[in-house]
Amino acid sequence: MTALGDTRQLAYIAGQASDARVNVEIETEGMTLNIGPQHPATHGTLRVIVKLDGERVVAAEPVMGYMHRGYEKLSEVRTYPQVTTLVNRIDWLGSFANEVPFILAAERLMEVEAPPRARWIRTALFELSRIANVVLFLGDMGVQLGAVTPVFFAFRDREFVLNQIEAVTGGRFHPNFDRIGGLKDDLPKGWIEETKGVLGRIRRFCDEMEDLVTGNEIFQARTRGIGVIPADVGLAYGLSGANIRASGVDWDLRRDGGVGLVHDQLDWKVWTHPDGDSFARYWVRLQEVREACDIVEQVLDGIPSGPVMAKVPRIIKVPAGEAYVETENPLGVMGYYVVSKGDLVPYRVKIRSASFNNISITPWLLEGTYVPDVISILASLYFILGDIDR
Amino acid sequence: MTFAVELAWWQQTGIRAVVGLLAVLLPAGTLVYLFLFKMMSFMQSRLGPMEAGPYGSLQLLAEVGKFLQKEDIIPRKADRIVFKAAPFVVLISTFLLVLVIPAGPDAWFIDVDTGIFLALAVSSISVIGILMAGWASSSKYSLMGGLRAAGQLVAYELPLVLAVMGVVIQAGTLNVQDIVMAQATGEIFGWGGIGNPFIFTQFLGFAIFLVAVQAELTQPPFDMPVAESEIVTGYLTEYTGLRFLLFFIGEFATAGIFSALAATLFLGGWYVPGIDPTNDLFNVLGPAILLGKVVLVAFLIFWFRFTYPRFREDQLQQLAWKVLIPLSLANIVVTGILKVVF
Repeated sequence: MTALGDTRQLAYIAGQASDARVNVEIETEGMTLNIGPQHPATHGTLRVIVKLDGERVVAAEPVMGYMHRGYEKLSEVRTYPQVTTLVNRIDWLGSFANEVPFILAAERLMEVEAPPRARWIRTALFELSRIANVVLFLGDMGVQLGAVTPVFFAFRDREFVLNQIEAVTGGRFHPNFDRIGGLKDDLPKGWIEETKGVLGRIRRFCDEMEDLVTGNEIFQARTRGIGVIPADVGLAYGLSGANIRASGVDWDLRRDGGVGLVHDQLDWKVWTHPDGDSFARYWVRLQEVREACDIVEQVLDGIPSGPVMAKVPRIIKVPAGEAYVETENPLGVMGYYVVSKGDLVPYRVKIRSASFNNISITPWLLEGTYVPDVISILASLYFILGDIDR
Repeated sequence: MTFAVELAWWQQTGIRAVVGLLAVLLPAGTLVYLFLFKMMSFMQSRLGPMEAGPYGSLQLLAEVGKFLQKEDIIPRKADRIVFKAAPFVVLISTFLLVLVIPAGPDAWFIDVDTGIFLALAVSSISVIGILMAGWASSSKYSLMGGLRAAGQLVAYELPLVLAVMGVVIQAGTLNVQDIVMAQATGEIFGWGGIGNPFIFTQFLGFAIFLVAVQAELTQPPFDMPVAESEIVTGYLTEYTGLRFLLFFIGEFATAGIFSALAATLFLGGWYVPGIDPTNDLFNVLGPAILLGKVVLVAFLIFWFRFTYPRFREDQLQQLAWKVLIPLSLANIVVTGILKVVF
């Protein structure tokens, strides 16, 4: 190393060493704080080990796995129609959306395609579960920042969305409604009109959140410029969904993926925000709920008539092969890699869930922030524990 | 008011304190509590307490009953004596604060010439209690909460005192009773129709006082010491049962009493226009009038509480030192000049 001989280099090292000595004298002992696994802010069992200097975070490490339920392994001993029961429980706030990519992967392997009506209804339920999921985020972000009121509004209006999902599927949280080759059932009578009313409610809720939360000076002071993720760093960590769109990356699988659903036949817009901070992530999600309302409305107006189930055998045997299908789920990109050996059960299922990647950026992102910002950044990344641990 | 029997000063004060606490404060506290809980429920589109008593009116008693049954857990590594004493220190500060607030021309607990000074002095005792709780719990969350509370309460003591300063200058006295009288007999530009509630002349002081009170109460948007989403509940984390209840009562009671202080200093206290302030009627009506004004101020305080998210610790300090203190100093200067001019 010739650089060590360089006098400037030596002076630099000497300077660093003297700095270090001064710092040792005034340094206080650090503190290790376990945020979680039981903690009000992690809504689930995520544990973040933060090393603190005063209130400043020196290092942060997320510890996952407290809720691991082994769905990938369990899928190997379930028949294909049974797997949807499991994957419902991955992202439990928008559960119908979990079924869609798996069913699409199985359909691709079996080379069947759902009839148009089924695909339109699928899209409607897919977007409704996005609304049910993200609406709760819009309220919950307030709670994490200390304002309790928004979350009550969120739960109040989410209830109506869940009612609509229940009316079709029979399940509020775990619909288990998607079938290989179509849907279990058709829509109930009067559902389309009712759903339009609910969409109006959700739009009013979005306006309310804009007044109550986004416009609030304290909210802006707490989120603007906090937890900034540059686009390249975000992409390097594999972020997806609103988290990466808030960093200005115009990438949405509903538009760019082109599988199975009917988003390409509808008129809608992908929202992005250039800032990449917590506020941007909140703002993008707020706009996406509105956009989802528009999408559902268009779907409701355009549902074609016809059967909701294609012709598939009674006992489903998937031919050997492998398929990977990913869709833009409420939390980000969710993909299923399904390997079949021609059996009743999948040979291997690999689930790529969005929150696992979204949370992996936290050690980079949390370093140098303050404890209150740890919470607001985690909240703005919006993960669901089931989606991390599977 | 004259008593049939001559009583020594300490006997009079003792009777006033006991009767006042039992007959006035308990029902008043229950009322204010019920009002606040219902109000906050309606703001959050829910019903609030409905089961305990008619319209949920006995919810406070139900909660006291519940907390009394709980086990009193003390962490093994806690500093036992300090841990046990902390809630009482907080509560003492709260109840000492009640003493200086008059509810009528003769309905007072103690009548001291330095009343407002005493009130502000005893209100800062609670910091010690909170710091004790935070330190003695031997929990990291509690420690952080306690330290945050200490920094915050010390910073906001100053604007609180400075905001009251304007009122004191205008009334020309530290005696709370005399401040009420000054408002009752005051005139606005020579018109004495409604007296001169200092909220008109000291509006800036009133606003600063409310903000500082909010911070003193460690309520949102200044609730970092108990920030439940960050540090669980700060200095309260390890407390259970009765001791938790004492903190809980302390919090709500202090909110009510600071509202009473604000009502007394800025809204004219027990006085309403139209009746001669020396009229004996006020000894009976005064408490009710004061309660009405307290509810009004408490409504404001809790409205902020349930609307705003919380600041970060450094933003809070910036607000105190860069905005509130300069503003209140300017307020004092302007008040002083106007006092000399008029």
